[in-house]
Amino acid sequence: MHNPFKAGAGIHGWGAYVPVYRIRASEIARAWGWPDHQWKALGIEEKAVAAPDEDSTTMGVEASLNAIARAGVDPSRISAVFFGSESKPYAVKPSATIIAEAVGATPATMASDLEFACRAASEGLRNAMALVSSGAMEYALVVGSDTAQASPGDVLEFTASSGAVAFVVGPPKGAAALVEAAYTYVTDTPDFWRRAERPYPSHGEGFTGEPAYFHHIESAVRGLFEATGLKPSDFDYAVFHQPNGKFPLKVALRLGFKPEQVKPGLLTPIIGNTYNASALIGLARILDAAKPGSRILVAPFGSGSGSDAYAVTVTDVVEERRLRAPRVDDYVSRKIYIDYGTYVKFRSKVRVREGL
Amino acid sequence: MAGESVNVDQWRTRIYRYRLLGGRCRECGRAFYPPLPKCPYCSSEDVEEVRLPRQGKLVSYTILYSVEEGARRESPVIVGLVDLGVARVVSEIVDAEPGTLKSGMAVEAVFRRLYEEGDEGVIVYGVKFRPAPENTS
Ligand SMILES: [Zn+2]
Repeated sequence: MHNPFKAGAGIHGWGAYVPVYRIRASEIARAWGWPDHQWKALGIEEKAVAAPDEDSTTMGVEASLNAIARAGVDPSRISAVFFGSESKPYAVKPSATIIAEAVGATPATMASDLEFACRAASEGLRNAMALVSSGAMEYALVVGSDTAQASPGDVLEFTASSGAVAFVVGPPKGAAALVEAAYTYVTDTPDFWRRAERPYPSHGEGFTGEPAYFHHIESAVRGLFEATGLKPSDFDYAVFHQPNGKFPLKVALRLGFKPEQVKPGLLTPIIGNTYNASALIGLARILDAAKPGSRILVAPFGSGSGSDAYAVTVTDVVEERRLRAPRVDDYVSRKIYIDYGTYVKFRSKVRVREGL
Repeated sequence: MAGESVNVDQWRTRIYRYRLLGGRCRECGRAFYPPLPKCPYCSSEDVEEVRLPRQGKLVSYTILYSVEEGARRESPVIVGLVDLGVARVVSEIVDAEPGTLKSGMAVEAVFRRLYEEGDEGVIVYGVKFRPAPENTS
């Protein structure tokens, strides 16, 4: 099989984080007086909400500590930290250095924040695999984390949520999952963006579905199939970017996958769209449960637009690694429900004037 | 390069705040947080930095309804005394509904925002504690 990686690369540790707070979609609908037919089609029951003292950096730290615990790697051996987010706490100042410092990877490490809407972390994964596979380093840490913003009353408010995921990428030997192949497909597409210094994103009318999400994911996955000779029936699982509960099932069907392959990695209906963590937290949940030998298709997507398709195979060490940190479902089942008023208070949707 | 000059003294303490490092006295053997150049128990200067356990027990707590400037969104703020076995630390307790807290309950360290130096200044991060999952499952 075609393998673009010289020496190969694998996932040594994976870790997730989902905040404890949840708001039900029905509560958001109640606040805005939306009838059922206007939001039920999104396939969302509830979404995770970050606490007021959380941001994409703090969530990224917890996911990273989980990934490093699973990898069992001394953090000083990590030589790159890539942070993918579209909700950076600072416009200028890397979150990657804060995460690297918190986990103990500093100072002999590369560190940078990447930007590509929801697929920045996936670009980090491709970079990490290239650096490891070329022999430039032994281990790299990749973090995807977002506290996604949505304009109050916009349909995005039902899905835009908070969560993080992290992976320790290293050599094939000792990896819990091997990345067999990857294929990336990007074009300049105006489906979704946020202008500098604007708090909320905008979406291109008629652009979010077909020309963006579906075209890029289908092109990346077909590119991977063509390069490797793999086909949908060669995979036990398939996980796609999850802007809502419906798109991943639809793109799966169009590519020839069955709903049973998609459902184990589908988290958006119960935690919302975690943006940079969206597809990758689905991968983390699959690694929490998959049998050695399982093959997983992973296809993140980012607006602007692009998608990566990965073929990942689970190894024998996955079972002991998964015991070393909380599973995705441990976070999913820990929850405190909040009402719309508390949600507004938490996410700064009201300006609080203090200290006059 | 240019831009407003802002106080960033907290930078010096970031490592122990980020990683929950404490001090340990080689003279009397006791540990403490934050790390200090002198042992707070016996005044010895023979102290070393140690990684403190991230799991502990909540000894007691108080709920602040009148919060510090900049923390209104987090109101009410819960401040607890946490026993880590080797040392006790005072910390905010997060991700908890006040009615569910009990003295003796298991808590674990989390990495959070401590405060911001206003709208333009740095964001100061560090460790807080939350109820451990065994309390809820
Ligand atoms: Zn002493």
